[in-house]
Amino acid sequence: MRLTVGPFNRVEGDLEVSLELAEGRVAEAWVASPLYRGFEQILRGKDPFDALVFVPRICGICSVSQSAAAAAALRAAMGLAVPPNGARAANLLLACENLADHLTHFYLFFMPDFARAAYAGRPWFERAAARFRAAVGAAPPRLPGGERGAAAAQMLPARAVFMRLAGLLGGKWPHTLSLQPGGSARAVTAAEKLRIHALLREFRAWLEASLFGDTLEAFAALDGSAALWAWADERRGGDLRLFLEIARDLELERLGRAGGLFMSVGAYAAGCDGGARGGRAPPGGGHLFAPGVWSAADGAVRPFDPADVTEDISHAWLDGPSSPAPPFDGHTLPAARKEGAYTWCKAPRWQGRVVECGALARQAVAGHPLARDLVAGGAGSVLARVVARLLEIARVLPEMERWARALVPGEPFCSHGAMPDEARGVGLVEAARGALGHWLVVRDGRIANYQVVAPTTWNFSPRDAAGTAGALEQALAGTPAAGAGAPAVQHVVRSFDPCMVCTVH
Amino acid sequence: MNLLWLQSGGCGGCTLSLLCSDARDLFGLLRDAGIDVLWHPSLSEESGAEALEVLEACVAGDMPLDILCVEGAMLRGPHGTGRFHVLSGTGRPMTAWVGDLAARARHTVAVGSCAAFGGVTSAGINPTDACGLQYEGAEAGGLLGEEYRDGAGLLVINVAGCPTHPGCVVEMLLSLALGSLQADDLDALGRPRFYADQLVHHGCARNEFYEYKASAGKPSDLGCLMEHLGCKGTQAHADCNLRPWNGGGSCTRGGYACISCTEPGFEEPGHPFARTPKVAGIPIGLPTDMPKAWFVALAALSKSATPRRVRDNAVADHAVVTPAIRKTGLK
Repeated sequence: MRLTVGPFNRVEGDLEVSLELAEGRVAEAWVASPLYRGFEQILRGKDPFDALVFVPRICGICSVSQSAAAAAALRAAMGLAVPPNGARAANLLLACENLADHLTHFYLFFMPDFARAAYAGRPWFERAAARFRAAVGAAPPRLPGGERGAAAAQMLPARAVFMRLAGLLGGKWPHTLSLQPGGSARAVTAAEKLRIHALLREFRAWLEASLFGDTLEAFAALDGSAALWAWADERRGGDLRLFLEIARDLELERLGRAGGLFMSVGAYAAGCDGGARGGRAPPGGGHLFAPGVWSAADGAVRPFDPADVTEDISHAWLDGPSSPAPPFDGHTLPAARKEGAYTWCKAPRWQGRVVECGALARQAVAGHPLARDLVAGGAGSVLARVVARLLEIARVLPEMERWARALVPGEPFCSHGAMPDEARGVGLVEAARGALGHWLVVRDGRIANYQVVAPTTWNFSPRDAAGTAGALEQALAGTPAAGAGAPAVQHVVRSFDPCMVCTVH
Repeated sequence: MNLLWLQSGGCGGCTLSLLCSDARDLFGLLRDAGIDVLWHPSLSEESGAEALEVLEACVAGDMPLDILCVEGAMLRGPHGTGRFHVLSGTGRPMTAWVGDLAARARHTVAVGSCAAFGGVTSAGINPTDACGLQYEGAEAGGLLGEEYRDGAGLLVINVAGCPTHPGCVVEMLLSLALGSLQADDLDALGRPRFYADQLVHHGCARNEFYEYKASAGKPSDLGCLMEHLGCKGTQAHADCNLRPWNGGGSCTRGGYACISCTEPGFEEPGHPFARTPKVAGIPIGLPTDMPKAWFVALAALSKSATPRRVRDNAVADHAVVTPAIRKTGLK
């Protein structure tokens, strides 16, 4: 039996999933990105710096990540270096978006599925519904007194206050132009530095009281599944413990299993916390969370090299050479009718292989023991992906506090230079959802080619020429699916926190 | 009032911006104003077939549709088929859905410059033949056509901006819920006048630099961004510097030029965004309502009268000269 699920909501953008069912389970899945806008065509021939205006508008939820990747690609093409303050400000702005996205995913996109009628009768259902029932919906109000889950109305103001950091460092969110190839156009004053400190403190207090029911440091220190479940049993409240109770009951560690290779391009410039050199340490080119490709099978981390990335268009509605192309040589030419194609999404591969990216990959590659232990048995899962996101909030906010403290008002935030007439550059950034790469080619002072490979392009990739399914397509295989509204399928898809407007751009 | 929100050829950023609203309880505010959000792709409970039931009931007229909000451009290509966005699960182009729903809607609202005019999605070679609901750039027409009127007899309401300010969307929805929005509350481009009758220049924190034409020369400089760095704040219709973003920001406060994102065609200015086009050293785009000769004369005069503090700070990324301390009283 073939089933089509769409419009698949509570993801960013439009998504269609087709499922071949056999014996109540998904036998095979096809993931389709139904929207094409053509940014890579739009950018051709433009002034290279105009990319800073266009690419954030690829995506309203990963806007700063896109901006940061464009700035990095331009920087590479120009051969510029960023002053320490610029790296700190860029880290803070990117972390602000990434953490806010993790929170939005948990509270608005993912958790409302556990408040659906399909789960009525589970021991945790009434609590999940009171907390997480979706913010809006056509169904008549059901719960007496509080027809919608209470959590969204508490999370949104906390998030909005946290996003004032983006207002301060980026002018507005989404779609800032503050991030420049040489750093940030928005220098921070001494008074603003204090304001950043106050905003971070307020956000930490909310997270610790409402989400974690514990200090961020205590959660970040958990070193494996056993420690996680012991922590979950502490009766100290917090939305994360409610999720863990649900996850244990529904065995979410067995759901959405896929992968074996987890990729990260490296997150956040290192050397930004001031360290021993009193806030003047230049970023050394390293990362807070190291890049690499971690194999769950042998536990080894292999180096990530952007030259190992190719994109295959065999199952996309795109014209071009049939052999996989490195992004510098990539083409994007729509072909709405093409035999065998089922999506606008290209199939990116690392050394020809399917990889998964996102917070789980980032934390596993960086060696966090909890993330690695959650991938026990060699595959990611719904549980592992969701926990890794929250783990990342707990790990990154304290880093933000250090970056803010290390800002030195009065010292430069931006360096300056010129774009050569002929140049190329790769900009690599870890967005909330994973590895984001921009490949820029400049000829005659204009953009000759601009190729974007986004996190969900990796995760929601279609089959490649060899017929190998993408990460989500693999993760869906075996998922229980009694009918169209099957909650398990919804959990698996949303566990990746897909961003469809980035996927195809 | 029933509200249905659809997304097509855009980035979803207007929805994400809306979630930054400074309302203590955004959805409670809308609900208490009598607005029931039937479906929103990012926020609703319903998915798949349940969501389609809602859409179909609205098209059939079985469910009243009071407010149709559309975010993102209308993708007519390739070759008029609309296949660049087929609404998932339906096999039908989004343009067809929007056409059917707009015919039923009491009010039709374009949220953001993409839905209003085509916006960034229609830039460059406009690969998807993108347009707005009732405009293609500055030309009336678009997907629904110049003759379209909503159930209340109004043109499409264009809450233009890239993205929209959350406050503008909330206030527009409240004005519809309270029944207070009239045709003359919209400007000549269909934008609500409560924000479009302002200029981005109003309240700009760089005003003293503007007064003396003390200009920034490079990103991160504090000076006025108009002369060299492409700023259109003196011409752009929006209240960004009176209605702060994310607690206190705006483009010019964020260190970069206003690109006039509420204006049809802003995505193709005909010059690099961050460089001011000039003739004989004078910016082509002069402040709105300002005669050129006066501008040139005043600019020359004010440049020659620029205090050292303003001149030096304009090209630094932090104040290098502080204002003199003076007694302002009479004795």
